[in-house]
Amino acid sequence: MTRSLNEPRVLDLARRAALSAAVPAIGGALALTTLVMLAVGVNPADAYPALIRGAVADGNLEYTIAAFVPTLGMALAFALPLRAGEFNLGGDGQMAAGGIAAAALALAVPLPPVLAVVLPLLVAALAGGLVAALAAPLSTRLRVPAIVGTLLISAPAVSLASYLVRFPLAEQGSGIAQTPVLPDAAHLPALGGSGYVTLGLPLVVALTGIWLYADGRTVLGYEMRARGHNPEFARYGGVHVDRLAGYALAGGGAFAGLVGGLIVLGPPYRFVDGALTAPGYTFTAVAAVLLAASRPLAVPVAVALLTVLQVGGQGMEREAGVPSQLTQIVQGLIIVIVAVLATVRRRAAE
Amino acid sequence: MNIFELSFLSGVLTATAPVLLAALGGLICQVAGVFNIALEGQLLWGAFTAVVVSDVTGSAWTGVAGAIAATVLFSGMLSAASVGLRADPIVVAVGLNLLALGLTGFLMRRIFGSGGTYSSPELAGLPTLAELGLDVPVLGPQSPLVPLALALVVAAAWWLGRTRSGLRVRAVGQHREAAEAAGLRVGAYRHGVVLVAGALCGLAGAQLALGNVTLFSEGMSAGRGWIAVVAVMLSGVLPYRLLLACLLFGFAEAVGFRLQGARLPQQAADAAPYVITLFALVLAAVAARRRPKEAS
Repeated sequence: MTRSLNEPRVLDLARRAALSAAVPAIGGALALTTLVMLAVGVNPADAYPALIRGAVADGNLEYTIAAFVPTLGMALAFALPLRAGEFNLGGDGQMAAGGIAAAALALAVPLPPVLAVVLPLLVAALAGGLVAALAAPLSTRLRVPAIVGTLLISAPAVSLASYLVRFPLAEQGSGIAQTPVLPDAAHLPALGGSGYVTLGLPLVVALTGIWLYADGRTVLGYEMRARGHNPEFARYGGVHVDRLAGYALAGGGAFAGLVGGLIVLGPPYRFVDGALTAPGYTFTAVAAVLLAASRPLAVPVAVALLTVLQVGGQGMEREAGVPSQLTQIVQGLIIVIVAVLATVRRRAAE
Repeated sequence: MNIFELSFLSGVLTATAPVLLAALGGLICQVAGVFNIALEGQLLWGAFTAVVVSDVTGSAWTGVAGAIAATVLFSGMLSAASVGLRADPIVVAVGLNLLALGLTGFLMRRIFGSGGTYSSPELAGLPTLAELGLDVPVLGPQSPLVPLALALVVAAAWWLGRTRSGLRVRAVGQHREAAEAAGLRVGAYRHGVVLVAGALCGLAGAQLALGNVTLFSEGMSAGRGWIAVVAVMLSGVLPYRLLLACLLFGFAEAVGFRLQGARLPQQAADAAPYVITLFALVLAAVAARRRPKEAS
């Protein structure tokens, strides 16, 4: 591919965006979604405005931003190991482990302000990282693909968190499977009026920036990409590919654990059973990262787009009576179309 | 808990059957060199379509046929994208699993009017062998699809080991170029196994939703398709070993079910199949490493 030196950078970016897999993938998914709507007798002219209103109007923007934070965090949890060639589909278990660890620490140990937020978040990241790292030796030593290992470990981790919140850590007398409210010092400071947007937003955005820098500009990032492209070549070039798989999975799990911690330390300031995994952050993030098609800078954009779709889908359900599962259908279709387009483009290039 | 009761054995078979059917589909794909991890989504789709068709027609057997047809169609997306257009089968499968979850949740609300769980007196379940006049121990309380699943293990072993087309499928998986040079249409065989796996997942879903129970609930495949993927990995693509791996899972689920009766928390029962499957996977992999490498 040749690029003229004096071509304006903006135009160049626009051209690359139009030629990338993202535009046809989203376009194709929207076309198919419209077909699904028509097939079940929903008027797209009612549904789409309801979707947009549900995501950005009537004070809903705050919920969208609040949902953007965990989705972006989970996108890092999937994207970081993916760069090194490992699929982390166990985000739910890592997130639950992080959330329950943060809640347990915050409830058990009275901590001074600041530390009361920082330590539970660190413990959450550690717990998520440990759960994910379990899949690394399975992958490198026992040849169980990480996509299978992470998923298999995730289910018992979710069960364990669910058990802990129902029995040892349960709030007495409420009858709901949840922990008591965490002490005030452990509440994440709010940035908006209603408290749904917390300090988690700048934190996750900053971590995304660090990841982007590390991925593009550091030796570790380079080695991860080398492993992802061609593990044998990376090994030949002196990269410790097995150790790197462990780092990549643990790093991804740490992001997922941190997301669990951020959710628990945000409103309603407790671990509610199922509340972490029910919104489906993990797979919205998977769809976003695959949509970004191995361009890290596109990850936050794809996450924003799919978060709007996810939150807007709930508005569409309220207003137009379209089940919000429609957004899952769209995500699934986007992933399939991206995979197909990637192959078609690669073959066209050859 | 007495695991030597016949009713326990029967419970093991009930839990094994859907996983075994899906895993047989995964196995023949693996033999032909297709890594099929869309079993989970296809199993869920099969369960849903079986319930819809049975509910509409009032006949469980029409439900089974409908599930097979609908899941073959669904698997057509996998075959078209990953075999036909050569897209990454892992990414396609991740998308299809998500699509199945979304489609079933969406259509459930449109067709039955609400989410969660659907069951109704009109919904016809599969008859048991006992109801069909075959009141034998262990198999009596099972649907006819359970002995069918066991018979399909034998059939798969015979097909892959003893027939011309079975050997060709193995050739396609072992060495694509050599198979092509021998004049085999590799793509056609791979399309074929993916579609047959779709039919098997349709059967698996029908057994799960109309045999094991008579209802549909969202996400009711509950990881069984992934356990089936692991069973294929444990089997070394040998059908009889696949049966053993699936029985191990069925045993774990049946034990978990009994543990619930013994007032252990629900979560222990939920986790048991995964934990036992993981252990089996680790043990098998360690054993494989200890074994001296065969000359290749």
